[in-house]
Amino acid sequence: MVMIDPVQAEPQPEPDTQTEPQPEMQTPDVPRVLAANTGLSDRIFRGVARTGGTIVLLVMLLVGVFLLYNGYKAISVAGFGFLTTQAWEPNNGDFGIAAVLSGTFFIALTAIAIAVPLALGTALYINEYAPRGIKRALISVVDLMAAIPSVVYGLWGLFFLQPLILPFSQWLATYLGWIPILSAPNFDPSDPLASPTLFTSSTFIAGIVVALMVAPIASSIMREVFSQTPLGEREGALALGATRWGVIRSVVLPFSQGGIIGGTMLGLGRALGETIAVYLIISPVFIIQPHILEKGANSISALIALRYNEASALEISALMAAGLALFLVTLAVNFGASTIIARSRSGASSEG
Amino acid sequence: MTTVLPDAPTEVIAPATQAGRRTELPARAPASDAPETRRALTGVRFSDLMRLVGAAAASFALTWWAFSQLLPLQGVLGFIVTCFALFVIIFGVLVSLDESGPTVKDRVISVFVHGIGVLMLLALSSVVVFTIVRGWDSLFHGNFWIMDMSATGPLDGLDSGGILYAIIGTLIMIAIALAISVPLGILTAVFLSEVPGRYAKFVRTVVEAMTALPSIVAGLFIYASVVLILGFERSGFAASLAMTVMMLPIIIRSADVVLRLVPGNLKEASLALGASQWRTVWNVTLPTARSGLTTAVILGTARGIGETSPVLLTAGTTTFFNVNPFSGPMVSLPLATFNFVKSPEPTMIARGFGTAVVLMLLVIVLFALARVIGGRGAGVLSPRQLRKRRLESVHDLERITRGERAEADRPTVEQASVDAVAQAAAVAAAERLVARSRRGRRRKDDSE
Repeated sequence: MVMIDPVQAEPQPEPDTQTEPQPEMQTPDVPRVLAANTGLSDRIFRGVARTGGTIVLLVMLLVGVFLLYNGYKAISVAGFGFLTTQAWEPNNGDFGIAAVLSGTFFIALTAIAIAVPLALGTALYINEYAPRGIKRALISVVDLMAAIPSVVYGLWGLFFLQPLILPFSQWLATYLGWIPILSAPNFDPSDPLASPTLFTSSTFIAGIVVALMVAPIASSIMREVFSQTPLGEREGALALGATRWGVIRSVVLPFSQGGIIGGTMLGLGRALGETIAVYLIISPVFIIQPHILEKGANSISALIALRYNEASALEISALMAAGLALFLVTLAVNFGASTIIARSRSGASSEG
Repeated sequence: MTTVLPDAPTEVIAPATQAGRRTELPARAPASDAPETRRALTGVRFSDLMRLVGAAAASFALTWWAFSQLLPLQGVLGFIVTCFALFVIIFGVLVSLDESGPTVKDRVISVFVHGIGVLMLLALSSVVVFTIVRGWDSLFHGNFWIMDMSATGPLDGLDSGGILYAIIGTLIMIAIALAISVPLGILTAVFLSEVPGRYAKFVRTVVEAMTALPSIVAGLFIYASVVLILGFERSGFAASLAMTVMMLPIIIRSADVVLRLVPGNLKEASLALGASQWRTVWNVTLPTARSGLTTAVILGTARGIGETSPVLLTAGTTTFFNVNPFSGPMVSLPLATFNFVKSPEPTMIARGFGTAVVLMLLVIVLFALARVIGGRGAGVLSPRQLRKRRLESVHDLERITRGERAEADRPTVEQASVDAVAQAAAVAAAERLVARSRRGRRRKDDSE
């Protein structure tokens, strides 16, 4: 843009002429008010667009306000105990989200711990190692799997994975039981008649299923970022003699750091809110259950799906409050993810 | 690079060679007219292949031996995990026999990444294949596609009952949800991108926040407000409202991204021609972003169709046909799947899997549609659109030359038509050229 400096553009008065400089020349230039004369049709258009935006805004705010308003009733009954009570008996006034919120986090963190290596490896494989011919097909498959309904994953987990995973769970509990979260206090490895049914319906199985659901989403975000790595820097690394892994470690991964973290957190957000797959697999318990291999788990969304039907007015309010807690947690995670993605260098070259 | 140097440098160096002969230049390769052949930078060497095969055989045999003779291990999953771990170790050892450190690392990690990629694809395809295999039986009964479950008891065989009521329910619900969310969503996206300001920014922030809304909470909101407070019964309409609340932020967010990708110079060109903002949006922005908008809507639809939890809370449960969304409960495909598999009867579970297959097919069809429509970026035309555009410009040219002809000294008709045809041919050729370069660019993009 060519900006003419107002001082230089001002015609200099000739020294030998007697004409005095005009008084308005000395007053500094005031920026003109650029008022476009918008026609009637444009004003209508803007009005309609603004109305549409306002309707959506109202609906969205209504959801939030409604959750807050209804949940507030239950929270004021339960008081601070809402955060620390494990039981869920709203009709007796004894309820809290300590068990379900911790259960939600246990499932989501198990899922993320499994999904991130899977997603990272798959994204690297597709972007760096896969033969050109099948690359597009692989991208489509992963994107498609991100769109497969969660109830299908739930069926798979319940009927396919659970029978297969029980010996593995037992093996983990037997040999790695000394790790606190992998221990199973109700399981005795020396008892030859110990039933592997102790390991059904566990946080671990629900976590694997949710992991398989969120891995495609995280993977496609990560791959997108990997593919934006500047070609020049790749070639630079190659020219310095780097192996393929050298290029990945010194160029691709540092460049994509923000995208990897962002994809992980978006996956975490999805994992926290997942309902049906978790509901199908777990058997709900209302205690904090940190033994992820053992039977019994819980999550807020499964609680809502389980209890909404025969709920009294107060219980609905309590469920609203639990839903509000879940929403706030998911919101924080998502905002964190988008901030990290926006701040990072990843995607800096995507303009134009 | 084998560019041939000009002669000048050799003349400069010549005195130096006489004086001290410090630098020896290699003899220049005889210039040949044959085109350079490209060196193969990648490729599989025979030794690499042998190492892979050897490591695979060794790890398989070792795992087999360990599982059957040595250790009290069992399970297919454990076998695969152990086998892969042994494979990586043996392969690493084999490579380290005759390669240096960085190469060993590179190869081992390459094998590892390949393993993860294959594992993920295997797991994902097992989800699809397992569902299809378990649902296979129910899919081949004609009644499965044309009946409801009202006359079918829990013990009846697969030759009774069907899921047409759930298919119809899904279609009605998604149609209502789309009828609300598409106009509202795209209008809001247009508002966000075309009427910028503090207010639009606020709306965008709220919408982005609402994409984090768990679907069950959307269902709970509609259940508590529409069903409990307003007193409507649980119905297909309530379910589609819940779907709308869930789909709106998704559609708005992706439509907003697509609209912002429309090149600014197109819009400016339209405005500079004197078009109003409304005309610019209607004739330039929206048509340019059409494929992207369609993709946004279709992907939102796929999400909405597959969600069980909002429907679970708001639609009720029935086994009857119900085509009236405003009264009586209505069932969608995911909800029917969910209800079927909660039953302990094997036939019911088989029906559940069959329903899941139908649902999956629906999503795959939607997804393929999105790929076909949305494969192009903003402003890149399909061959058919290009043909149409070319025809239009030929017509424009004819119209213009006709006007000129009327004004000017009326040259002979043949002369004018020959001119028009020549110009039209030139336009067509130019556009073909542009199209080819675009196609080439796209192919290049794909191959990168």
